Amino acid sequence: MTTETIFAGFGGQGVLFAGKLLAYLGLNQDKQVSWLPSYGPEMRGGTANCSVCLSDSPIGSPYVTEPDVLIAMNGPSYDKFIESVKPGGIAIIDSTLVTKECTRTDIHSFRIPSTALAAEHGLPGMANIILVGKLLKETGIAVIDAVRPTLEKLIPPKKANLIEANMKALAIGMAL
Amino acid sequence: MERNLMKGNEALAEAAIRAGCKCFFGYPITPQTEISAYMAKRMPKVGGVFLQAESEVAAINMVYGCASSGVRCMTSSSSPGISLKSEGVSYMAGSDLPCVIVNVMRGGPGLGGIQPSQSDYWQATRALGHGDFQILVFAPSTVQEMADYMEKAFDLADKYRMPAMILADGLLGQMMEPVTFRSDEIRHPDPADKPWATNGHGNKRKHNIVNSLYLQAEELEELVVQRFKRYEIVKSELHEAECYRTEDADIVVAAYGSVARLAKSAVDSARDAGIKAGLVRPITLWPFPEQEVKAACKNAKRVLCVEMSMGQMIEDVKLALDCRLPVDFYGRTGGVIPKPSAILEQIKILNEKGAE
Repeated sequence: MTTETIFAGFGGQGVLFAGKLLAYLGLNQDKQVSWLPSYGPEMRGGTANCSVCLSDSPIGSPYVTEPDVLIAMNGPSYDKFIESVKPGGIAIIDSTLVTKECTRTDIHSFRIPSTALAAEHGLPGMANIILVGKLLKETGIAVIDAVRPTLEKLIPPKKANLIEANMKALAIGMAL
Repeated sequence: MERNLMKGNEALAEAAIRAGCKCFFGYPITPQTEISAYMAKRMPKVGGVFLQAESEVAAINMVYGCASSGVRCMTSSSSPGISLKSEGVSYMAGSDLPCVIVNVMRGGPGLGGIQPSQSDYWQATRALGHGDFQILVFAPSTVQEMADYMEKAFDLADKYRMPAMILADGLLGQMMEPVTFRSDEIRHPDPADKPWATNGHGNKRKHNIVNSLYLQAEELEELVVQRFKRYEIVKSELHEAECYRTEDADIVVAAYGSVARLAKSAVDSARDAGIKAGLVRPITLWPFPEQEVKAACKNAKRVLCVEMSMGQMIEDVKLALDCRLPVDFYGRTGGVIPKPSAILEQIKILNEKGAE
């Protein structure tokens, strides 16, 4: 089985990091994984996105064109990718920044005010992780206990204080 | 061994260090800058040299000097930067020097763009500089292969005394995948294996000369002819390709590097739709794996060459097949990545057409 995910938003919202977290979770489960970022002018203040594939077999195309799961963190990213989600797939949308209601009825869409929730809980810049929490809940890709060792690997030691904040943000997302 | 999640560019750099590369000379350019960045961090820690040159031309000439002394060394760049290095590559080929050059291709010509491309195939396999010469060209398709072929490139460049190139693209350079290194040890090639190196004779032997200037036409001709005899040996010993579901394939897709992965997804979808499709993926681009391509297409009715260019490798595919089969082309260029669904569409069209 293969799960293909696109994370998309503004540069600076942590979409590439959120994708890396998912890729590392797959790595720790001995899955085949790939992570492909957008690079270039779009990273510098414009839209950023990354494709993440998790699979039990070798991954062909790392370039995702029809995602099983979309995480959209701003309006332009939502507009760009919402139609490409596979029927039966999942869209997790930051409703603080995406004002449009999702009109697709053939996918499971979740509107989560993650930017507002992050601010409310004193977790600035962690809207991305709240959405990853929701992704883990809806896909069952990993349980929350599996995330801590992954975060410890991914976050450099000098920023270790961020691990607790990330865990808190994940828990918020998983409770929604 | 541990599985590491790394970018293709980082895997290339780490593999080079483990293969015994002692000196890296580079100049930054997207989308290969992570190689330089990784080398800047790692090289000083392992007693090697990282040097950011003032230009690409300077970097390749530093490689020329370093390789002359018998030390394993490399440079990396992306398309426009490789063009700048071409003079130095020609000098190195003319001096029979080994080195590794990485090209993480981006869209061209000119400054082009920074998105992935395969439009430097002709440059790499035909004319990376002036004069009669060839270089070894490897086209990895996964981050694991970026590491594996980097080591192989160093070994074979030394063995055949010629420059070797890793021909990757922005997609392979930027993506992360698990990679396992063959060994944790850093290799230390024996300098005695390079008796030609200008590394000091200590008055114990005749001094060595590294040179590519020969003003006597007959002398130069003889050197070039001898070099081409060596190329024949390389051709007989080095030819690699991956064949995937080609045994009974009616339609064989030929693709290399990152595009081969996209094509593999399309081949699987075609098989699911009841079409007998397969993939042949050249791994060595020079020498081109003619026998492997021919064998992969032995039952094929049609061949589809897919590239991120206007069609360059297709010429080698046609030559390998002696033009006996119809070879069609599908490609995107300028940095646009072809979608697997679009490749599948082409396979379906060719399947409808059937044999000619």
